Amino acid sequence: MLNIFDFYHKMEENNIILSFKGDITSELLTSILQIMESKMENLHEEPKMKKKVYNVLVECLQNLYHHMDDTVGITGERRSAIFMIARNNEGYQIVTGNYIANENVTGMKNRLDEVNALTKDELKDYYKQILNNGEMSLKGGGGLGMIDIARKTGQKLGYHFDRIDDKVSFFNLEIKISQI
Amino acid sequence: MEKFSIDGTPKTPSISFDLAAGVLEIKGRSIPENSIEFYKPLVDSLDKYATSPKGQTNVNIQLEYFNTSSSKCILDIFKKLEAIHKSGSAVTINWHYEEDDEDMLEAGEDYQAIIGVPFKMVQVED
Repeated sequence: MLNIFDFYHKMEENNIILSFKGDITSELLTSILQIMESKMENLHEEPKMKKKVYNVLVECLQNLYHHMDDTVGITGERRSAIFMIARNNEGYQIVTGNYIANENVTGMKNRLDEVNALTKDELKDYYKQILNNGEMSLKGGGGLGMIDIARKTGQKLGYHFDRIDDKVSFFNLEIKISQI
Repeated sequence: MEKFSIDGTPKTPSISFDLAAGVLEIKGRSIPENSIEFYKPLVDSLDKYATSPKGQTNVNIQLEYFNTSSSKCILDIFKKLEAIHKSGSAVTINWHYEEDDEDMLEAGEDYQAIIGVPFKMVQVED
């Protein structure tokens, strides 16, 4: 039998305040954002902190949402994603996970390393450059999401890839937002 | 069509564009998954306005949140306004931000650096 207490205990231990696994739909994101807004309200977060967490959360979750469209050749269960939101005295942590085709791993890794190598001012310039010159994808993403997250959090994007088989890997992304 | 307006939703802003008065207002949240689709009617309406703009166009942007997908659309709108401004009909963009919202102020400054239209940074109370 599935031991639900194990899940409960792990979530408690890791200060998880919200988690989800499954298809990422537009309606789901609307609900999650509403839940997180009222949670932060109940926790009496500073308006500044609330805005930062909300903004970063929107980018993280919409990255997952848009990624669902890109997963050509990834079907069934592998179209699902997972995310968890944790909160402790130091701040918030948003962790997301989704399948990615192996041929896209290197490109994604390079983009993340590129963003992580930049200083605050360089991120600002890079953001403006992509905003002004970058090609906008039909979905409107255009590669600004990660740069924006790095700018707003002021922290490196944590990530790793777990190779599952010869087709896909699992992409783990960890974003930290320090208490202001 | 002298006036164009859209009501706000939890993910999209309210838009009011009074073509006869030359006043465009965008207020609220702009975090749709598909921003291009959302902003297309406004872009079309701006194209129409650009054929015979008022001597002065005032643009009020008062956003609480906007996602990176919207940021490109907002830039496209500002570029259309820049074209109007450069053709001789003055445009002013009033960028509102809440006093503790440095990220929103910085976002306004990013646009100001890219777009050749006078910007006014307007601080509002929380």
